[in-house]
Amino acid sequence: MNKKKVVKIIAAALCAVLVLVLALWFLQRLLTPKYIDKNEEGLLVKEYYDYAGGNDVLFIGDCEVYSNFSPVRLWQEYGITSAIRGSPQQLIWHSYYMLEDTLRYETPKVVVFNVLSMKYGEPQSEAYNRLALDGMKWSSVKLRAVKASMTEEESLLSYVFPLLRFHSRWSDLRSEDLKYFFNTRQLSHNGYVMRIDVQPVDYIPRAEPLADYSFADTCWEYLDKMKDLCEKNGIQLVLIKAPTLMPHWYDEWDEQIVKYASDNGLCYVNTLPIAESEIGIDYTADTFDAGQHLNLSGAEKLSSWFGAYLKANTALPNHRGEADLELKWSEKIDRYYEMADAQAAQLERDGKLSGYWGD
Amino acid sequence: MPFVSFGFIAFLAALMLLYYLVPKRFQWMMLLAFSIFFYCFAGWTSLIFMAVTILTTYFAGAVIGRMAEARDSYIKEQGAAMDRDAKKAYKAKVKKRTYLILSLCLIVNLGMLAVIKYTDFGISIVNGIFRTNIGYLRFILPLGISFYIFQSMGYIIDVYRGKYAPEKNFARFALFVSFFPQLLQGPISRFDELSQTLYGPHDFDYQNFAKGAWRVVWGFFKKVVIADRLVTAVITLSGEPDVYKGVYVVALVLFYAIQLYADFTGGIDITIGVAQMLGIKVAENFDRPFFSLNVTEYWRRWHITMGTWFKDYIFYPLSVSPKMLKISKWSREKLGQAIGKRVPVYLSTIIVWFATGLWHGAAWNFIVWGLLNCLVIIVSQELSPLYQRFHKKFRFSNTKGYNVFQMFRTFWLMGFIRVLDVYRDVPGTFRQVGTIFTTANWGDLFNGSFLELGLGWQDFAVVLAGCAAMLTVSILQNKGQVRDRLMARPPVVRYALLIAAVCLIMVFGAYGIGYDSGAFIYTRF
Repeated sequence: MNKKKVVKIIAAALCAVLVLVLALWFLQRLLTPKYIDKNEEGLLVKEYYDYAGGNDVLFIGDCEVYSNFSPVRLWQEYGITSAIRGSPQQLIWHSYYMLEDTLRYETPKVVVFNVLSMKYGEPQSEAYNRLALDGMKWSSVKLRAVKASMTEEESLLSYVFPLLRFHSRWSDLRSEDLKYFFNTRQLSHNGYVMRIDVQPVDYIPRAEPLADYSFADTCWEYLDKMKDLCEKNGIQLVLIKAPTLMPHWYDEWDEQIVKYASDNGLCYVNTLPIAESEIGIDYTADTFDAGQHLNLSGAEKLSSWFGAYLKANTALPNHRGEADLELKWSEKIDRYYEMADAQAAQLERDGKLSGYWGD
Repeated sequence: MPFVSFGFIAFLAALMLLYYLVPKRFQWMMLLAFSIFFYCFAGWTSLIFMAVTILTTYFAGAVIGRMAEARDSYIKEQGAAMDRDAKKAYKAKVKKRTYLILSLCLIVNLGMLAVIKYTDFGISIVNGIFRTNIGYLRFILPLGISFYIFQSMGYIIDVYRGKYAPEKNFARFALFVSFFPQLLQGPISRFDELSQTLYGPHDFDYQNFAKGAWRVVWGFFKKVVIADRLVTAVITLSGEPDVYKGVYVVALVLFYAIQLYADFTGGIDITIGVAQMLGIKVAENFDRPFFSLNVTEYWRRWHITMGTWFKDYIFYPLSVSPKMLKISKWSREKLGQAIGKRVPVYLSTIIVWFATGLWHGAAWNFIVWGLLNCLVIIVSQELSPLYQRFHKKFRFSNTKGYNVFQMFRTFWLMGFIRVLDVYRDVPGTFRQVGTIFTTANWGDLFNGSFLELGLGWQDFAVVLAGCAAMLTVSILQNKGQVRDRLMARPPVVRYALLIAAVCLIMVFGAYGIGYDSGAFIYTRF
């Protein structure tokens, strides 16, 4: 084989590899879920990078943070800049690595961690891992997060190349997969997921006694790591239990968190006992799914109360009046009320919400 | 390390790169190192069993070879001083010794295989007959043991027969036994054939490499897109025999036939393709078996290397063994020429098929499967004069339409025998097949019931398209290798097709969560 022919073969092979890579990228983009009309919360983790930077408070945790706290209300009432990094059933190691990831972009003054996920000592489901991890930008932090989170059936490679996981979606492809091929829709308001509809609490299932109330060692390890990371970066860690009624938060669990907070000099507030009396939550009007998550009204009540709590227990500045921030937040506020109005209109028109965007 | 894994693809890429970069005289050593590395993934204990086979077979071969050399030089030295009878007596004496070495080697290796593979089966028989409760030992079958032991035993028997001289270099022999592409499911290679290309040296040959790569891609397509997609339906249908009767049994026969074909031939395509990319020629194991007109032909075209192994190392030696000759003589005398001459042939055939069944697995379903194949072959043989008369009388028997009917008949006949493999219960299998005639549920074909077997209509569409692709390729092979024609196309067309094939496998492959693409059916044999 002469030299010219060899060069020609190599060049052709390289071109083919390039085309193959492009084709696989196209397929990956096409087949990866867009989270527009189903499992919309899959958008949350990725959205953080749009509002990263300049947040004094970072909320981390599961749906108990992204459904229950409104950064817009915290800004409006207290001039607190905040963001939420939450995803459905976000486990404590997800939260820890999200905190680490956040520190690559900004260093908040206060981190608020919702403690419900202390009840899970093992990876729960591949689907929730995907919702928590797929949106995270690639870095050594994500690599460690994936390794710590994977269930037995998962593989690291499928996180690197999501096509390996989602290839079988070819039979579920819908028009939204093409429509949102290049762009997406913004779901959250600095991480807050809004719902304005109401489904009152009409029944609270009896909490079954547990054989063992102690949290798993892994959870304590990650809570320690989170505390140490905050200390190292001069961040005040605040622990919280949001005022949602289900799943049940046992007193025995609460006692362990109270002790941990007291031993480590951390603020901890369990909002459940004071939800109605102090915060003003009305479980017949402030929840959209019978007590599992708060609706907009509930989230705003909780945020109003929690803003005051933060002001009293931390040294957070009031940024109201700072021109650049006012401008930035006014845009967020506009979007916030636009979505609330759209949901209200849909509710009036259809009697129910079919999605978060109200269209 | 499973073939269908990214680890294997990375392993291959590293091997190919190093293989063609190192000086050519080191290529086979590189291959040996990679083969051992590959096998290490099966666990250290598996490696020990393979080491026993390599050591015993190599040294037995070396001793037999040396004895044969010493015999020849002694006879040569003696020259005219040794008369014909003395030579014959001396040769017989040496043969007795070499036979002893051969026997020891066979006993060690086949004994090892028997203990690991068949002890629990033996215990179950003893427990069944004597109503004892002996506990099972549950040995873990080392990866590929049935394949490499049979390959090694073929070698030692050939050396004993003087077909070729034993391999002198231990490492080269170790490569022959451990050559990684054929470890998982064969083919069972012959030393004289494989050694011609196994040890190189090999220059990088673009045509050969590309053709090998195409075959690997085709193998992946068959395995991942077709075979693994059908697994769910096969497991559902065979897992609940009380629910899935009648038409579902027919469907199971069809699905399993396609699954096994795509799985086994896909694996062999990967094996042969990888070897071809390395410049090594591995024996073909299939010749479009579903085009066979009868069962005998089918077995000439399906798992060819196993069939020829049993023929060369069991059937022929058995047929001409002194005991069989005695039986032949006795049967001719007692039963007459016509029947008598068939007795030793059929007896050998029965033994071979019994052994073939047993080789596939230590269970009654495999033994019955082997014996049913044997029964069909013997009955076909006996009826062949009748067939000939029929073919002479009716002209249509030579038409294409009749040939298609014969293929169809052979396909379903083999399918119904093969279904023993999935039910794994002999009486249960016969009962299930019986329900085809007693359960009137053919309407289920059209009322959507088949979409509740774990596969949606889209999955069935993929399988159908995959089968159409396999059929098209098989028909095109009548006019020579499809890859040859592909290589004659302009590079743009070739690469476009390759990219499309890779994308098809990536998207339509049944892999990832919920699938076990790594496992090949024949790996468990």
